[in-house]
Amino acid sequence: MVSKLQVPLTVAAYKSDVHNDWCPGCGDFGILQALQQALAELGLPPWETMVFGGIGCSGKVFNYMACYGVHTLHGRVLPFAMGAKLANPDLEVIAVGGDGDGYGIGAGHFVHAGRRNVDMAYIVLNNEVYGLTKGQASPTLDRGQQTKSLPLPNINDGIKPLALALVTGYTWIGRSYAFDGKHLKEMIKQAIEHKGMALLDIIQPCPTYNDLHTAEWFNKKVKEEEKSVSKLVTVEELKHDGVIKDPTNRDEVFEKQRKAFDLIQYRGERIPIGVFYQIKLPTYIERMQSQVPMLKKYSPVRIPYADANHLPTTDLTDAFEEITF
Amino acid sequence: MKNELTIGIGGAAGDGVASAGNTLAQSMARLGLYVYAYNSYQSVIRGGHSYLRLRISAQKPLNHGNQINGLVALNQDTLNRHLPELLAGGICIYNNDKLKPEKAPPGVQLCPLPIYELAGSTALPVMQNTVAIGALIQLMGLEFQALESVFQNVFAKKPQVVAINVSAAKAGFDYALKHFKPFSEKLYKTNNRLALVTGNELLGMGAAVAGCKFYVAYPMSPASGVLHWMAPHAKELGICVRQVEDEISVINMAIGAAHMGVRSICATSGGGFALMTEALGMAGIIETPVVAINVMRGGPSTGLPTKTEQADLNQAIGASQGDYPRIIMAPISISDCFVSVQEAFNFAEQFQCPVIILSELLLSEGNETVNVEFLEQEIKIERGELITPENSTMGKTYLRYLDTPSGVSPRAIPGTPDHLYVSATDEHDEDGVIISDVYTDPVIRKKMADKRARKMQGILQKISKPSLEGSNEAEVTIIGWGSTWGVIKEAAEQLTQEGIKTNHLHFKYLVPFHVKEVLDILKKSKKTVIVEMNQSGQFARHLSAETGFRAHAHIRKYDGEPYEPKHIINGIKQILSQGKEIVEVLSTEPGWRTPHPPGPGVFTQAARIN
Ligand SMILES: Cc1ncc(C[n+]2csc(CCOP(=O)(O)OP(=O)(O)O)c2C)c(N)n1
Ligand code: SF4
Ligand SMILES: [Mg+2]
Repeated sequence: MVSKLQVPLTVAAYKSDVHNDWCPGCGDFGILQALQQALAELGLPPWETMVFGGIGCSGKVFNYMACYGVHTLHGRVLPFAMGAKLANPDLEVIAVGGDGDGYGIGAGHFVHAGRRNVDMAYIVLNNEVYGLTKGQASPTLDRGQQTKSLPLPNINDGIKPLALALVTGYTWIGRSYAFDGKHLKEMIKQAIEHKGMALLDIIQPCPTYNDLHTAEWFNKKVKEEEKSVSKLVTVEELKHDGVIKDPTNRDEVFEKQRKAFDLIQYRGERIPIGVFYQIKLPTYIERMQSQVPMLKKYSPVRIPYADANHLPTTDLTDAFEEITF
Repeated sequence: MKNELTIGIGGAAGDGVASAGNTLAQSMARLGLYVYAYNSYQSVIRGGHSYLRLRISAQKPLNHGNQINGLVALNQDTLNRHLPELLAGGICIYNNDKLKPEKAPPGVQLCPLPIYELAGSTALPVMQNTVAIGALIQLMGLEFQALESVFQNVFAKKPQVVAINVSAAKAGFDYALKHFKPFSEKLYKTNNRLALVTGNELLGMGAAVAGCKFYVAYPMSPASGVLHWMAPHAKELGICVRQVEDEISVINMAIGAAHMGVRSICATSGGGFALMTEALGMAGIIETPVVAINVMRGGPSTGLPTKTEQADLNQAIGASQGDYPRIIMAPISISDCFVSVQEAFNFAEQFQCPVIILSELLLSEGNETVNVEFLEQEIKIERGELITPENSTMGKTYLRYLDTPSGVSPRAIPGTPDHLYVSATDEHDEDGVIISDVYTDPVIRKKMADKRARKMQGILQKISKPSLEGSNEAEVTIIGWGSTWGVIKEAAEQLTQEGIKTNHLHFKYLVPFHVKEVLDILKKSKKTVIVEMNQSGQFARHLSAETGFRAHAHIRKYDGEPYEPKHIINGIKQILSQGKEIVEVLSTEPGWRTPHPPGPGVFTQAARIN
């Protein structure tokens, strides 16, 4: 278990002095700030918190934080972070990456991570483009759309990451918006606090390359039943409660999954944000511990295997017995 | 006479060749006799030709030998293919109710067994194997008790099965006494305490004693044996063992775990290793210790899934973009797998870099008896420079990638208070923070690249130098690497006995390379011959790239079958007598050949119309 600080640190304690090279107006700034606020409010000690980054503009979040951080490979933030969490479940693990990183090159890991329910938060900065490599179409860009860098409109359909998360087993599925600091911070806190694999997909304007879905575009009012309303709408406003009360109740699970699926798809003129689905299931570590009790006693990083003279203490007598005739 | 017998057991896959071989090998181990087994199986579950060769001796055999003294044929195909290989004085055991031998070679005794009579007409087909092994043990002059106790051991939970097998084996044992002549070459039991084990099992066990607590895998022959050992032992040893979606995930998880301070390792074959390479470079730049095993099989691509080759040296040397310190080592025998993996963990942690172990199908899936005392030896666990509460730099600035004379920077495990750091896969400064993109700084870049490269000097001091085996004054020096140590050693000794003085320089550590020491040896050698199991001479190129030295001649084999001593002996003789520069060896015995049905392109016109 990650310890909680008696006296929470201020947000400043989670900030590093490293120069930030994101473009002015980038949604990533809002996300970085909300993450630092969330950690401070949760009272998580920086030395017991690890932020892992993929490769992309989004992958640099760790670089601007004062906690343990690793920059991994393009598309590989999930396996790296899962390996780390399994090795030391006592640390709080947060993986941060881009939409290209997680839903494109890393899509295989994304799918299989859902099956495991490792207790960690996966935060995806979804800007519909490959920001760092100059704005090529990402897997979430819809068909027919043509962002600034594209010579022709996109002829692929866009992936629906939250729907994919639903069918692959993520146990907390939410969406938020980079410039809605309050909502975003709450969503990050929930994703971190959820015991299991959480996917938080964050709509992130990229002013440099995504000229279709800009902050101004998200701020524009839309018409619904003759009324002028905001484009982003919370699931609460839509009367959706995606939290499963009884995970063993198949009817409740199916019903909420179906509703979540509808809402994830629902765009029309409005984009729902909030928690679409949450279910409490045994985490991967709990599943492993039930098979390998020693992992309950110690996390792998703490299992002793050498004595004071650095000689191995692992007892292979039984294993030798099996092969000695 | 060397008190040694080589036995072939062959049949269709599914005939129980492996279980017959195991029963025999285990009985030998129980009698204190050393075994070296090579299984030339095909990648099929049923059908196909499966052939096992076991070399049994009171002295440890280093390879599967040249020829067979005994044959246990479980199907007609085996009888046809391998009967001609038997040496004079040899014995061929087969089921007389089903199989008919062609003419036996001179001096070979045919031993037909009336299986139905001995095992009962209702017995399961596999009982023929049991009867045959019983007969074989008799003809080898060994006691029945060993075989009986193996059955008791294998079927411990099923007393009825033990009884059926013991009575079938005894029937074969007694029948052979009455009807056949024993081998003239007798074997005697010894007091050696022996374990029978594969290289893959030893890689798993070695990792376990070294304190490995994290093993992730994706199945791929011939590396899956490591997973198959790890998975059932995870519980008692407290190892986190997982099978995941692909090898990219495997290596990234392994590095993620290693980054947190766990000793973590993964094993795959060439195709999976190819997927892992980008991440190995990551381990290089973020200086995370990790061990990756590539159990080589025939390539390229899907290649020869069930056959052996030493053709991934180039891949290991070229794994991942950029320059970074790495260690590449190739165990030289099955038992060396046990030691190699323990060394690999120590090196990885001492130098905070990836270690690549190039094992090979021949070692990983081959069976060998090992003295139990060898397995009980204790190798010190050395974790390198770790920040502990005692030596913590609490209060001072902590630089994870501190530029030190050795290039090794003291490592804090995440979770240590007051030692926060980030590790970037972009080039970074001593604090781990990215310096690329906007702020690429040539001076810092060079400083950090040099720091990492300096580690290679330290590694060279640690790894043992290659040394010459055999006489210093030799006519021929055979150079080899990895799995071929045993077969070259035997060939060199045999050549020397025949009057061609031969010594042997063998490489276990391939990167980094002891350039000066190796050149000192090779400069004094008269005729140097490199023996390797690949087509293009990957080691020959490596040697010349490192030292500028070009060997006089080469023996190469890439047909999927391992070297036998005779291949190397003949090769050296051809090089000496005919001045050949390259001898390519091919295993051409009929036993290695398999008839293939024609592909779709070779149907005749008539067949198409019909
Ligand atoms: C294996 C590999 N392929 C390609 C790249 C080049 N690359 C770096 S970032 C990136 C795309 C980033 O897009 P996204 O994940 O959406 O992140 P963003 O920059 O938009 O935040 C690519 C293709 C790489 N670093 N590694
Ligand atoms: S390219 Fe786009 S995503 Fe990247 S920093 Fe600039 S605005 Fe942000
Ligand atoms: Mg993107």
